[in-house]
Amino acid sequence: MKAILKDLKLHFATLILFGLLFPLLIWAIGLLFPHQSNGLPIYKEGKLIGFENIGQKFYSDKYFWGRPSAMDYNGASTGGSNKGPTNPEYLAQVEERIQQFLDKNPGVKRSEIPSELVTASGSGLDPHISPQGARIQVARVAAARNLDPERVRQLVESHIEAPLLGLFGTARVNVLKLNLALDEMDSGNNTDKELKSGL
Amino acid sequence: MNTELFGVVAILFLTFILAWPLGKYISKVFKGEKVWSDFLSPLENWVLRICSIDPNESMDWKRNMKAMLRLNLIFFLWSILILMIQKYIPIWNPANIGNMEATLAYNTATSFTSNTNLQHYSGETGLSYFSQLLVICFLQFVSAGTGIATLALLFKGLVQKQAADLGNFYHLFLKSCTRILLPLSIVVAIIFLLNGMPTTFAGLQEVQTLEGDTVQVATGPVAPVIAIKQLGTNGGGFFGPNCAHPFENANYLTNISANISILLIPVALVFAFGFYLNRKKLAWIFFGVMTIVFLTFVSSAATFESSGNPEIAKLGISQPPGSMEGKEVRFGAAASALWGVSTTSTSNGSVNSMHDSQTPFSGGIFLLDMMINAVYGGVGVGFINFFMFVVIAVFIGGLMIGRTPEFLGKKIEAREVKIASLVILLHPFLILVGTAIAAFTAAIEPAIGWLNNPSYHGFSEMLYEFTSASANNGSGFEGLADNTPFWNIACGTVMLLGRYLPIIGPIALAGSLAAKKSVPFSSGSLKVDSLAFGVVLLGVLVVIAALSFFPALTLGPIAEFFSM
Repeated sequence: MKAILKDLKLHFATLILFGLLFPLLIWAIGLLFPHQSNGLPIYKEGKLIGFENIGQKFYSDKYFWGRPSAMDYNGASTGGSNKGPTNPEYLAQVEERIQQFLDKNPGVKRSEIPSELVTASGSGLDPHISPQGARIQVARVAAARNLDPERVRQLVESHIEAPLLGLFGTARVNVLKLNLALDEMDSGNNTDKELKSGL
Repeated sequence: MNTELFGVVAILFLTFILAWPLGKYISKVFKGEKVWSDFLSPLENWVLRICSIDPNESMDWKRNMKAMLRLNLIFFLWSILILMIQKYIPIWNPANIGNMEATLAYNTATSFTSNTNLQHYSGETGLSYFSQLLVICFLQFVSAGTGIATLALLFKGLVQKQAADLGNFYHLFLKSCTRILLPLSIVVAIIFLLNGMPTTFAGLQEVQTLEGDTVQVATGPVAPVIAIKQLGTNGGGFFGPNCAHPFENANYLTNISANISILLIPVALVFAFGFYLNRKKLAWIFFGVMTIVFLTFVSSAATFESSGNPEIAKLGISQPPGSMEGKEVRFGAAASALWGVSTTSTSNGSVNSMHDSQTPFSGGIFLLDMMINAVYGGVGVGFINFFMFVVIAVFIGGLMIGRTPEFLGKKIEAREVKIASLVILLHPFLILVGTAIAAFTAAIEPAIGWLNNPSYHGFSEMLYEFTSASANNGSGFEGLADNTPFWNIACGTVMLLGRYLPIIGPIALAGSLAAKKSVPFSSGSLKVDSLAFGVVLLGVLVVIAALSFFPALTLGPIAEFFSM
């Protein structure tokens, strides 16, 4: 009995130390870095329009598309497809995605499609695609927006994030950031011209 | 591709570099020698005083094990209670999460108490923030502390001469949490926080996307929970997809930190053995045996993942990123494979890619890794498991050269070999019997709807679940529809047996070794810190794992591999 009392006390002591004080300490440090501790939110005109690292669903021709998501980019219930590599149903689904992509992006060859564009990510929220995955969408996006493809291509190139320190990991493109810059370029397009003619 | 490879090498290099000084530090903490963190001792003494625990009271193996079991029972009861009433707790539940159903609560409480972290729920929809912190985060500390403290008892048993005393579990447990887990968790949590992993109690955030849709995004006090989840080889995700979720693993830098955190303490404990017993050469032999297996697994899994899925290649698209189903672009195929091997080696069980979607060969490696369950292994218990293989190797080595088996001056006799054999056999018993029952049920009742994939891969899903439960790993082939009473109760029970029997057995063994006379080393003794013994040990590991599990692996990943 005495031993159980001892154990109960130790239970509550460690509960307070590690279940409460430790997370609250980190939370308190987080108050000094509100942008980071809120998950890198992006606001536009005071409205929350996304998080830097949380992928969004893009389906219009005028936006670069991210990866397929098993959970349809639902940020409140995330996950992967958990499809096995030899599952016939899954392989048929990938084939369907390839067809869809080719239909929407005439001029792109099948062998140019990188695998991440037609396979679902682990989280269902993957914010990135490979540089190749962005480059093959340039023609479609430029046509939909009536922009010079060369300018769109340059925008893609300037949004390629290099591996960490240029040495470790993958090169990738953050689709949300790219599309934000694209919107900005597109809307700034007319103002730019006006400004220049004004000068 | 090259930068992906550099990333893998950098993670391994940093882990091994950091593990050595950490091992030295841990050995000092165990022995109670002077260390930099002594400023924490007033806090520890205060806790011990209010709990009326005398830290210097020495206890034999039985009293230590009773203390460990009682304390763990209280952790378990507390957790199952909170999970079943979380809806009624007025604070820290902004998303109005409901109570857990009884079998799911049983599964979750056993899972986190036993340091397994197998999850049959999804964090963002299944747990309130109160439960995330005062059940999950709390258990991630104390279950890891339990494992490390138990290993300290084993170390003490190996150096004792004709004494019953193995040290004081309470004191070792508390110090494992405050001196080892806490400082590292604070550092890692701050790294995570600064890289944009949320630490907030704000709940769901409504986002207006560029396309004009409205979506809810779950946040939470993520960074601190993920830090201890990795360092304590726990592995339970804050969100459903675990460390594939951008809020649980924001970028390549957090991926490096997290992967190092997975491996760090398990590797350091091997070195701690060397420092504690002043047997550094033997520690290097142990480290070498484990690392040979580990690197073999890493290089094969990375090769298969990077070269892509052959079935996808047949569709005619390009696979420079490798097999990407279930993976994240910011980590890439190679780092995902390294993580998969790290997490299954160390009984961590967190994932940064979906193991169910890996190519069959990698899936098979992850299974084999958990079947061996002693390549570094979980904090504390991994080395204890490995020690059981050492006892068997000493016995076999002794037979081979016709000498009395002895280890570090202690005779290994019938009682020790019996305990070690039983502990080693328990693991295949739990896995194979569990999988057989599940496979039988799924075969006679195909409408039961457990499996997300047909054929061989479906069998692998069931095999993986029981392997993960018995190895106290916690990762899964998550396609398996496992939140059913059968899986909740079966896996919960396997986790309990797979956790506590392999702790009690070896500590009883340590108790019996401690009581023995020390025999002086002679020319008739088996020299354990030799390359020859390392080879025998490696052979024992491979043969036991291969013989026990090869038939089951053949029905799952191996058959799938050859069907491609």
